[in-house]
Amino acid sequence: MIAVTVLHEGDAEGPLLVLDEPLSFWGGFDPQTGRVVDQHHPQAGALAGGTVLALPETRGSAGTPAGVAEAIRKGCGPVAIITAKKDVNLVAGVMTARQLYDICVPVVEVAQDELSKLTTGQTARLSGGNLTILP
Amino acid sequence: MTTLDLSDTDRAAYSGERGPVLQFAAQMVVRAGELMGARDLIDVSFVHVDACHYYGQAHVDFARFVVEGGGKMMVPSWTNTVPVSVEVPDMRPPEKTPEFIAGARELMGLYEQMGCRPVWTCAPYQLPGGPGLGEHIVGSESNAVTYYNSAVGARTNKYGDFLDVCCALLGRVPNAGLHLDDNRRGQILFRLADDVPEALRAQEMLAHVLGHHVGKTARSAIPVIDGLPASTTLDSQKAISAATAASGGVALFHAVGVTPEAPDLETALGSQDPARVETVDMDTLRTARDDLSTASPGPLDMVALGTPHFSFTEFARLVDLMKGQNVASGLIVYVSTSRHVRELAAQKGWVEELERAGVQIIVDTCTYFTPAVRGATGRVMTNSAKWAYYAPGMLPVEVCFGSLEDCVRSAVASEVKRDESLWQGRPT
Repeated sequence: MIAVTVLHEGDAEGPLLVLDEPLSFWGGFDPQTGRVVDQHHPQAGALAGGTVLALPETRGSAGTPAGVAEAIRKGCGPVAIITAKKDVNLVAGVMTARQLYDICVPVVEVAQDELSKLTTGQTARLSGGNLTILP
Repeated sequence: MTTLDLSDTDRAAYSGERGPVLQFAAQMVVRAGELMGARDLIDVSFVHVDACHYYGQAHVDFARFVVEGGGKMMVPSWTNTVPVSVEVPDMRPPEKTPEFIAGARELMGLYEQMGCRPVWTCAPYQLPGGPGLGEHIVGSESNAVTYYNSAVGARTNKYGDFLDVCCALLGRVPNAGLHLDDNRRGQILFRLADDVPEALRAQEMLAHVLGHHVGKTARSAIPVIDGLPASTTLDSQKAISAATAASGGVALFHAVGVTPEAPDLETALGSQDPARVETVDMDTLRTARDDLSTASPGPLDMVALGTPHFSFTEFARLVDLMKGQNVASGLIVYVSTSRHVRELAAQKGWVEELERAGVQIIVDTCTYFTPAVRGATGRVMTNSAKWAYYAPGMLPVEVCFGSLEDCVRSAVASEVKRDESLWQGRPT
């Protein structure tokens, strides 16, 4: 079990998609497909739909919360988000999606060195504020 | 319940006594405050709204939720650029669907219903009546956040979409980050070296190149720039704001003897030692300048000016530079600006004069995310570090960076012409 700070409550489980660098959800991500489109990003082309998305933090534009909420609306967003910062933009995006569409995408903060240990393809489970990585 | 110390009015909104829209707004602002480590909320006097910039149905659904719940902006709220121009019907992204156009326009109407002033500009600071030194405000678009903090001395964090609106509905923000004196001290000192000639320091082009370098190096820290002349213009401060916010995450910079919170180096640094000192010499600047061009010199397809939106003084310079010349046939020159500044330019007769010379002026939007604009392919020249940084990732273009003078000469010649003499450095 990994120590987390809950930024937005909820339970979820899914395959991990680990991003090695911060991502802008406006310009660097296509919310209509859930794809990372920033060509400079190490995970360019990866699909976030249905994943537990792990990333250091968001970057760049003020449009990030809208990109997050739009992807959740379209059903191609992550089912949960793990981040290494108290990222206000991520929380603004999931709070808005919760309000408008009644879809809950929990967000938790972990230490950067815990984030670095996560591997794409592992299964992550968030339950009652606890994060477990399943083999 | 929250750990924040809320006023009675905040608490009433938070608990739902003032309706679902203000409840959601209060919950969002309070949550943001908790994450930012705020103890309470404070009043703001002004908001620059970014959530009006359409990116999908979620934007419209949120605005409908607010309008249908009777939400109104508590303080003067001015709108950012949008992805379509309302005025020019053919100025629309050709690959976008009719739903995109309809959605973008519906969203604009909804923000007007909330009581926003529809200025549709990324440079609201060029309009009269905005905030001044020491005022707490909400900024969202990155260049405007940096400009308001740095050139104006107003105080804002970078507020993302929806949070900007929630703050505007309440007229409140978390008392944290750049709203607090202690967090506004300069952290990294950038010193222009002796080999950078005075003539170059006075150029707006230098501000773009320097901003690009400072942003990349400082990332999200607060840079202090030492060595710019006291005469550094607001257009140059706009250039530094846009470039540092694009290449890094800078939300506030100080320029010693130029920006209002940096009358001298000691004040800019808050009487503390900088975390580190970076020397900026001609080699550094030449590297930063090269970094802004992906294209080799050659025939041009388009020239993009006005990122962030062209100011009245930039129009004056452009008119002067274009005197007696025309844009080469077949070449497209775009100037993005606000309706307000275009009106001022029109009163001088400049709009007609520039259009006669082949320059196209567009309002409400910008050319790096509006592939609408005819000819946004191939080799494009720009005088903007921000345009040069973003466009190659968002449009099928290669970019060549130059000064406004270079851009005009190139527009007339239909190929890239750059004056290299300023970049040789001071002879030693």
